[in-house]
Amino acid sequence: MNLLPFLAAGWIFLVGVYGMVTSRNLVHAVGCLAVAQSSTYVLLLGVGFRRAATAPVFSDVPVGTPVVDPVVQALVLTDVVVGATVTALLLSLVIQVRKRYGTLDPEELTGLRG
Amino acid sequence: MTRRVRTAFFLAAAAVFAVAFVWASTGLPAFGTAHHPYGSRAVDASVRRHTANVVSSINFDQRALDTLGEESILFGAVLGAVVLLRQARDEDREDPVPGRVLPTTLLLGAGLLPVTLLVGVYVVGHGQLSPGGGFQGGVVLATGLHLAYLAADYRVLRRVRPLAALGAVDAAAAGAFTALGLAGLVAGAAYLQNVLPLGTFNQLASGGLVPLVNAAVGVEVASGVVVLLAQFLDQAVEIESPQEDRLPPDGSQAPDDRHPPEAP
Repeated sequence: MNLLPFLAAGWIFLVGVYGMVTSRNLVHAVGCLAVAQSSTYVLLLGVGFRRAATAPVFSDVPVGTPVVDPVVQALVLTDVVVGATVTALLLSLVIQVRKRYGTLDPEELTGLRG
Repeated sequence: MTRRVRTAFFLAAAAVFAVAFVWASTGLPAFGTAHHPYGSRAVDASVRRHTANVVSSINFDQRALDTLGEESILFGAVLGAVVLLRQARDEDREDPVPGRVLPTTLLLGAGLLPVTLLVGVYVVGHGQLSPGGGFQGGVVLATGLHLAYLAADYRVLRRVRPLAALGAVDAAAAGAFTALGLAGLVAGAAYLQNVLPLGTFNQLASGGLVPLVNAAVGVEVASGVVVLLAQFLDQAVEIESPQEDRLPPDGSQAPDDRHPPEAP
């Protein structure tokens, strides 16, 4: 089935968002965001796949060998880096929330404080 | 919004998304197709510029300006984490107590630490030739250093990790990327254009600007990740929060109230 890799990416995204919507713990929510984001890696690599091709690196294969699309791989690298930094920043915020409010449950973080 | 309403909202949105996504997927180029117009052009451009690793060529040459933005995001995130996780006025610093370490763990850690660092340097250094590059190798370098924490203890890590210097190195490497782009302007070309001699294909000195930018990114990622992890480790190991046990579980009490209510 030709659509399966793309559908897998969509499924991973929905699973991640479902986790965020129903989360009772902010660390868990940040983890779910990372899952939802990783769906973009699967989608991009699926788009760039080429049958019977190798990695886009010509250090041990002759130039002209069929390779998979390197553009989406570079995009995935950017994606991974940005994802890691966003996760790190969110986890720092979670630590501060735990310190200032004494809870990690988003349901209990209701009041606005100035 | 109650949980039930929220879940209902999610299910409705998920259904819409699922239908739209499946519909869009049918319009994508077939999975595994041999026709990749952008990919083929990127491969051609990379071979013309004598860069064996096409992904590195795209990141550090063809899309170098985008990577400058990406690297700035990383720098900004490290800066943000340092500011967010700094020691607050009402927090104390406590020296960590060394734990007991199995001699075999210590031996393995001490043996693997230099090997891991060497692998990191290799992955950064061969970024223009073989899979890997500044981002990947930088993370290997930074996490490899933390073997000192895993296999020994926190005080050993602090000794092998000059945090203040690494912060400065992080900033300098981020600036070096920006400055390297000026080489193009000096040569009368565009910013970040690859104007350096291209060297021999598949040799260490090839790709022109690529290995230099790659090295700057490697140094920046390595020092940035060490600084970032240090903030989290500080929170876990060193910083003592005085209000930990004073807060009621519902969080209703203002945390900056320094006088807990007397028990009746």
